[in-house]
Amino acid sequence: MSLNLRDLSQRSQGLAPGHRACAGCGFPTLIRMLLATSARPLVVVNATGCLEVVSTIYPYSAWPVPWMHNAFENAAATASGVQAAAVALQRRGRLDRLPKVVAIGGDGGTYDIGLQSLSGALERGTDFLYVCYNNEGYMNTGIQRSSATPQGARTTTTPVGARQLGKPQPRKDMTEIVAAHGAPYVAQASISHWGDLGKKLQKALATAGPTFLNVLTPCQPGWDYPPEQLVQIAKMAVETRYWPLYEVDRGVWRITYIPRERTPLKAFLEMQGRFRHLLDDEKVLAELQSWVDAHWERLEARARA
Amino acid sequence: MSAVLGRRVGLTGNDAVALAWRQIDPDVVAAYPITPSTQIVERFSQYVADGEVQTQFLAVESEHSAISACVGASAAGARVMTATSSQGLALMHEILYVASGLRLPIIMVVGNRALSSPINIHGDHSDTMGSRDAGWIQLYCRDVQDAYDRTILAVRIAERARLPVMVCLDGFTLTHSLEPIEAYPDEEVQEFVGEGPADGYALLGGGEPISVGPLALPDSYMEFRRALAAAMERAREVIAVETEAFNTRFGRALPAFVEKFEMDDAEEAFLLMGSYADMVRDAVARWRRARRVGMVRLVTFRPFPAEEVARALGRIRHVHVLERADTLSTLGGPLGIEIRAALYDRVVRPAVTDVVFGLGGRELTDGEIDGLLRAPGAGDRLRYLGVRQEGGCR
Repeated sequence: MSLNLRDLSQRSQGLAPGHRACAGCGFPTLIRMLLATSARPLVVVNATGCLEVVSTIYPYSAWPVPWMHNAFENAAATASGVQAAAVALQRRGRLDRLPKVVAIGGDGGTYDIGLQSLSGALERGTDFLYVCYNNEGYMNTGIQRSSATPQGARTTTTPVGARQLGKPQPRKDMTEIVAAHGAPYVAQASISHWGDLGKKLQKALATAGPTFLNVLTPCQPGWDYPPEQLVQIAKMAVETRYWPLYEVDRGVWRITYIPRERTPLKAFLEMQGRFRHLLDDEKVLAELQSWVDAHWERLEARARA
Repeated sequence: MSAVLGRRVGLTGNDAVALAWRQIDPDVVAAYPITPSTQIVERFSQYVADGEVQTQFLAVESEHSAISACVGASAAGARVMTATSSQGLALMHEILYVASGLRLPIIMVVGNRALSSPINIHGDHSDTMGSRDAGWIQLYCRDVQDAYDRTILAVRIAERARLPVMVCLDGFTLTHSLEPIEAYPDEEVQEFVGEGPADGYALLGGGEPISVGPLALPDSYMEFRRALAAAMERAREVIAVETEAFNTRFGRALPAFVEKFEMDDAEEAFLLMGSYADMVRDAVARWRRARRVGMVRLVTFRPFPAEEVARALGRIRHVHVLERADTLSTLGGPLGIEIRAALYDRVVRPAVTDVVFGLGGRELTDGEIDGLLRAPGAGDRLRYLGVRQEGGCR
């Protein structure tokens, strides 16, 4: 299937208009891209979170494909069950076509409370795609820190005060954790780079076994930016190398987009309210910059190997 | 194994359940091993390895994931089973409510066991009593035959009531003890359970895509919960009808709600659930010449058979509720509290003594049962039987 923006935009099988995501929210772009790029019928299993809350308030649903929600921490286990059922029912002649099962969770439901369930499904080799829509915090419950929240960010559980400047710890590297499970296809993407995202979705959906996509989807109230700047912010995360775009395809690491210039991290931080308290602190900025640089270098080394 | 079917065979409770699973050949089994139900999944794994079933078997990383996978598979239209015990059931607790709320006919066999702390792997009913308000049908087995029979019967009850079912067997007492049972031919079991759940609103049912498990705000949540309560009310009829169908098919006489022994002219009675029924029945038989004593065994705890209980106890003066769990509410155990609730509106009602016994695998002795009849304590609301140091350990 070609990835032509005009074709994609005209597909009717998208998330229905009228969902209740905030203006300037990142994940509707991701979900529309997911629904537009799949060649097979999809079944979506959604962890508790913003996406579930804004798309399925009873009696409405914005989903054009079979969709289910179980609880917060168990999207991957639930997806394992759906996938096993599909295989069993097909074997008994009660299901014509095997659908692709896609589990979707936010960073809370993926990095933290859902990590055990995801790890189990990866180890079992479940044939499914797990998509993390990563907005770097527990945004559904009022902007609390998650282990995906970057160091220094202000959240309601890592507030800025006399003794603490936002979150003390750097973010967990979930993409590497999944890659370490040996999943056949693992990638990091951003809603700003739609072509790259689309290709990764297509690859992940076409690969048998567990596949994983970690997609940066900014959160307007959580990150505090003007709604119309959604795409620019996501793009700046990539340009500053804060959110590298790469894939691990059957163990081979490849950076899929290398920014032409070395844009300082500050350019990303200053677009959002959650880092405002850091902008005058050269020492902290330098620390954060060196964290980003170190990660990029490690990634480059892996991609060269 | 197939060679011995249709005649008497010696099996433990766990083996008997695994045999029933093999004969039912469910679409999906997802489980995490925990004593004392572990062997169910071990035996069943061998059936999978030997190609004796077509089941998709998921050996998952926790009980939470086991029940989560069961919910996913059941919502997708599959016939689904799992087994657990004790802390494992407690870890599933959150998702038990999702399963019943989504009206999924999952079958779970529980090897009943105590809960920590202190850690204890032996039998009592604390685990399933902690799940009593989760919207699952609960059936309590008397012996290994009962465990085998009710595992098969539970499939029809779950799928026709559109509710999940727990088949509860006393840990070790039933899970690990060998008893002769009558096993039925595979094809008769398969004929009885039929093809699998009707995919009326299955996720993969074809046709228009559906959304399962949406967010319900205050304008609709209460209607869902009321509908669930109504389903539990209707389940009484389903349990009665399906138990009758089972008895007719397999030539048995399983009681659907309560089993009565020497109750016709009884003046005092024991009421209990589970595997101590035989022992108490023997005591009743021993005492019959001296006292008009009887026994009632409760089979179905959810939905609670209040009418049957009240009818069974209607004319007696005093009932000893023997139960293997406590609510720690200071009102006694869950069974005693519910028996009292079932009797409260009756004009004539017996005195109720709630007797908590056998926690954490402590054996009940004939002497203790005799002691209850010698000193009935008709004024006592609550007694703890067999405690060696009143006031507990320090």
